[in-house]
Amino acid sequence: MPSIQVENLYKVFGRRADEAVRALLSGDDGTESTVPGTTAAVVDVSFDVRSGEIFVVMGLSGSGKSTLLRMLNGILPVTHGRVQLDDAELTAMSARQIRDMRKRHMSMVFQHFALFPHRSVLQNAAYGLQIQGLGKRERLDRAQQALSLVGLDGWEDRLPEQLSGGMQQRVGLARALAADTDVLLMDEAFSALDPLIRREMQDQLLALQQQLGKTIVFITHDLNEAMRLGDRIAVMRSGRIVQIGTAEAILTEPADDYVCEFVRDVDRARVLTARSVMDKPLHTVSSSASPDEALRMMDEHRLTAVLVVDAAGAPVGAVQQSDAREAVRHRRPAVDAVQRPVSRVRGDTAVSDLFTAASGPLPLAVVDEHGTLIGVVHPSALLAALGEVERAPDRTEGEGH
Amino acid sequence: MRAVAVADWEVPRIPLGERFADLVQWLQDNFGDVFTAISEGLDSAVTALAELLTWPPTWVMIVVFALLAFWLRGWKFGIAALLGFVLLDGLDSYDSAMQTLSLVLLAGVVAVIVAVPLGILGARSDTASRMIKPVMDFLQTVPQFIYLIPAVIFFGIGVGPGIVATVMFALAPGVRLTELGIRQVDREMVEAGEAFGSSPTRILTGIQIPLAMPSIMAGVNQIIMLSLSMVVIAGMVGTPGLGADVFEATTRLQLGAGFEYGVSVVILAIYLDRITASLSAKSAVSRARRLAGAA
Repeated sequence: MPSIQVENLYKVFGRRADEAVRALLSGDDGTESTVPGTTAAVVDVSFDVRSGEIFVVMGLSGSGKSTLLRMLNGILPVTHGRVQLDDAELTAMSARQIRDMRKRHMSMVFQHFALFPHRSVLQNAAYGLQIQGLGKRERLDRAQQALSLVGLDGWEDRLPEQLSGGMQQRVGLARALAADTDVLLMDEAFSALDPLIRREMQDQLLALQQQLGKTIVFITHDLNEAMRLGDRIAVMRSGRIVQIGTAEAILTEPADDYVCEFVRDVDRARVLTARSVMDKPLHTVSSSASPDEALRMMDEHRLTAVLVVDAAGAPVGAVQQSDAREAVRHRRPAVDAVQRPVSRVRGDTAVSDLFTAASGPLPLAVVDEHGTLIGVVHPSALLAALGEVERAPDRTEGEGH
Repeated sequence: MRAVAVADWEVPRIPLGERFADLVQWLQDNFGDVFTAISEGLDSAVTALAELLTWPPTWVMIVVFALLAFWLRGWKFGIAALLGFVLLDGLDSYDSAMQTLSLVLLAGVVAVIVAVPLGILGARSDTASRMIKPVMDFLQTVPQFIYLIPAVIFFGIGVGPGIVATVMFALAPGVRLTELGIRQVDREMVEAGEAFGSSPTRILTGIQIPLAMPSIMAGVNQIIMLSLSMVVIAGMVGTPGLGADVFEATTRLQLGAGFEYGVSVVILAIYLDRITASLSAKSAVSRARRLAGAA
């Protein structure tokens, strides 16, 4: 069940906005509005945000991402299209209904924090609850809890201006969390912070998300941030979404040159996981197999080593080509006499962490949560995976000719 | 032939003044009683206020003014206010100054009551803003004396026309600065209110007005200063106070008396300016700062 559903959403600014949308709808493929005096900020955008996921919308400034976010909670009226929150159609609501929806279901964190300078930190955090009509006692209690959640105990009576940028944004986050809505909209929430603090806030958000499981729509222009936070990422360009997918999918299968160009600078070792670089076809032998059998398998698939699995399919070791030959010479009955211990990693392990695990020529066994083998990573594949980013643009260019 | 006709052609006399006079006459004929009632009401309000201000012994009031100055701005201004009002009393213009002060306060309050809501309206609606702006331009640039003519026709001689002309003249900066202050409140701040489900009224009272307060108070300061200048000119139509004294000295070419009344007006002006200016520093943010500092 998707939490937020966006269908063919358009936002055009200007007096003749409706006319411009009609022009865009009638097959005008360009992103530029053809009607003079109008600006198309969001063009034909559709996506679903699933309940409990962090959905990141990534794009450069002017790509329409902030406009898109403001249509999700109705701060900006939609020119054309539908926004649906669970079963309720937001685009059909009256102003009062929209206000009610915001109180109960959506809160927001702002790029420049947007804290009220005339209210204390505690009163800022309690703002949403005050609007919801909670009594003073209860709202201050709950605001207090939200502040401790973000690590701001003891700062309640200060004013926002007395806090550092990072702390101010924690207040912004606490204000949104205190409102206890299921959806959190975050508009470039960490972009105004310096890199170290930004990193810290991202970690904190991920930790909080583990605990709270909100549905988060996060806007950013920073691809590394998008990759770190996003369960799924939508890449926006000139008002349109050019690709939606997981960080890995965007990295490994960029939809076009623009996305390609974008992902060039990403630290691939941190984003790619064992699952995406592993070899899927499993060439394994059981521990009771003969050394001859293992050698044949390696010859057939041009491997230098092969994994040994037990009856349940769990990896127990690996046999190298040289060891297998040795075993044949000494007439060993089964491979378990010469197998060597092998490292196991989970499918979601980052490639950067695989390097330390993959010491020596032996392959790594990739297992699922039950310990069953799901793939194998050969040390040589690791470097190839990191090199892929340089290759990708050439490939698409080649296809164009 | 035709060219000559065009060259000879003159714009015919446009009877704008006559029409305006007709309009004023029509209003006077139909609503004369209303205007008279307003005039009498204003007269008794100002008289009551002036009596209140002059009821305690003069030295008590001087100390009160000095203490207010001390409380709002510190001991330097407190002493300056004390000396100023002693001088005012020494020039025998204390009672006139209290008359003028009553007029300024009443006109100022009325002007603020009209100006602030108009400014808010202008800030919230571009259409309203476009309509209000030329009216304010008009009110602010028409020579001060012109206000007195219709004011006299509607309200006769005395306090009434003085107050009404003053309110009209002093309105504009209050409207403008209120609108400006509200429009200058950070857009994200207003969005924060919207995003948490605040109603427009709540955003106005809880976010926009508190944050626009320094600007609104600067408008109030301007209203008070313009009121003082207009109230003095209203002395020409028999509005009592320093204005009447100045006008009398002017018509009789009494140099010494004119100088003394002029100095009195300056003292009152500086006092009112500094007092209202310090009120604008007492904004919501600075109040919060004080509270946080105390905590």
